[in-house]
Amino acid sequence: MSDFTNELVQHIINGVSLGSIYALIALGYTMVYGILQLINFAHSEVYMVGAFTAFYTARYMGLADKPGFLTLITLIVAAMVVCSIIGVSIERFAYRPLRRAPKLNILITAIGVSLLLQYSGQIIFGADPKVFPNVLDDQTLATLGTAELRLFDVTILGVAVFFMAVLTYMINYTKTGKAMRAVSTNWTVASLMGINVNRIISMTFIIGSSLAGVAAVLIGMKYPKIDPLMGMIIGMKAFVAAVVGGIGSLGGAVLGGLLIGFAEEMVKGYISSTYADAFTFAMLILVLIFRPAGLLGKPSQEKV
Amino acid sequence: MAKPILEVKDLNVFYGGIHALKGVSFEANEGEVVSLIGANGAGKTTTLRAVSGIVPYKGSVTFRGENLANCPPHVIVTRGMAHSPEGRGVFPNLTVMENLELGAYIRKDKDGIQKDLDHCYELFPRVKERLAQKAGTLSGGEQQMLAMCRALLSRPKLLLLDEPSLGLAPLIIAQIFEIVKKVNSEGTTVLLVEQNARMALKVSHRAYVVETGKITLSGSGQDLLDDKRVIDSYLGGP
Repeated sequence: MSDFTNELVQHIINGVSLGSIYALIALGYTMVYGILQLINFAHSEVYMVGAFTAFYTARYMGLADKPGFLTLITLIVAAMVVCSIIGVSIERFAYRPLRRAPKLNILITAIGVSLLLQYSGQIIFGADPKVFPNVLDDQTLATLGTAELRLFDVTILGVAVFFMAVLTYMINYTKTGKAMRAVSTNWTVASLMGINVNRIISMTFIIGSSLAGVAAVLIGMKYPKIDPLMGMIIGMKAFVAAVVGGIGSLGGAVLGGLLIGFAEEMVKGYISSTYADAFTFAMLILVLIFRPAGLLGKPSQEKV
Repeated sequence: MAKPILEVKDLNVFYGGIHALKGVSFEANEGEVVSLIGANGAGKTTTLRAVSGIVPYKGSVTFRGENLANCPPHVIVTRGMAHSPEGRGVFPNLTVMENLELGAYIRKDKDGIQKDLDHCYELFPRVKERLAQKAGTLSGGEQQMLAMCRALLSRPKLLLLDEPSLGLAPLIIAQIFEIVKKVNSEGTTVLLVEQNARMALKVSHRAYVVETGKITLSGSGQDLLDDKRVIDSYLGGP
């Protein structure tokens, strides 16, 4: 294979791996938006808390030097549990009291919660970056020319696909999933069906937040440096991914995540890593100009 | 003496500074079809929304002997009241089947649900033909039938129907009212809100006229059909 193809294959592998992490976080944004029409800015901080949960779990359970799938799973579960609790608490104490307030108030509150968590994080965890424990021993599984398929990338993709499949099943086939879709269309009517709307909203936060927890562990594994402000940029990108894909659409979040991850890798590889972030946001602007509802989002229409 | 299943006393609703309902009182007895008729904006829909717990109110709503004050809508459904809302409120992005399943959300008896579904298909054969379709692709009449079907699947003792005839062709309206009668004859009390006063009064045992947030007239369906004031205001002359 030529150098060019080797490099391209490597970038594709990296892009898919990074993109699937963005997709997991983007799902959280899109689900909450779908139900509350709220951009949950605190979502990126939930993700940050997930990373620190995994960090401290590994430290106090003595898993920091025991790489392996068992460690990975333990840390993912711990991060999911703590993220769910944080996510549900944010909804319960910050957003729910404002349920009938104008949307702008809730949006500003979301930014407030985000800042609160960022700076509380700096007080509690310390502002200096920490080294994420060694979760899994990376190894090369296959080579294509000089391009390497590494265990990390396969694991990331595998875990992400697993959780996306579970989510898809839940949303489409379970009673709670159907109730979620009903609430996201019209919560007044949903409540007339006997659906406890508050419970469904809590469920949404639990699911979205735990996916952020999963993403945090995966990112920590691949880029093992964590700090209390780590959520800002990646959260912003995942949010862009959700908007590019069509906010409110689950498939859109996944597509947007992959697209952003992919594009970022390509820009890093062929243009300059300095411009990677700029490119992400340029893409957002283009999508908003030419397809404001996002790639998979449909402008909603109702019959009267 | 018929037993009231629903007693509404001195219902007041405020939308911001607007006093939308000004002390509405009425009752529905078990087995009746009761209509609230009146013009646009009179407060009919607001009355239903207050009864089923969607909008906050002052006053009392007693349903099957229980005061529903501060009872949220999803709990009221479990007490045996179903509300088919204004504008039908089907979930357009969900399939017809999923809409129906949500109608039975509060129930766990699979066999019972299936039995009621089969019965619904008898009442509304059109709904059965469309089960796999997205509800948003249905015609207005089909959506109305789906909405009623869905409301019935919670097995209500009292069915609130908000403007079932709105925007539908006369033939479909006639069908819908036939079904209302049938549902009622099978033991469900119906509280109907309608602008189509003639149709509503024909199927109603009793009816109330709502004007600017107050009840101004009441009587049996036939009495109101013959009432000069009703004829002049709502039935478009003799």
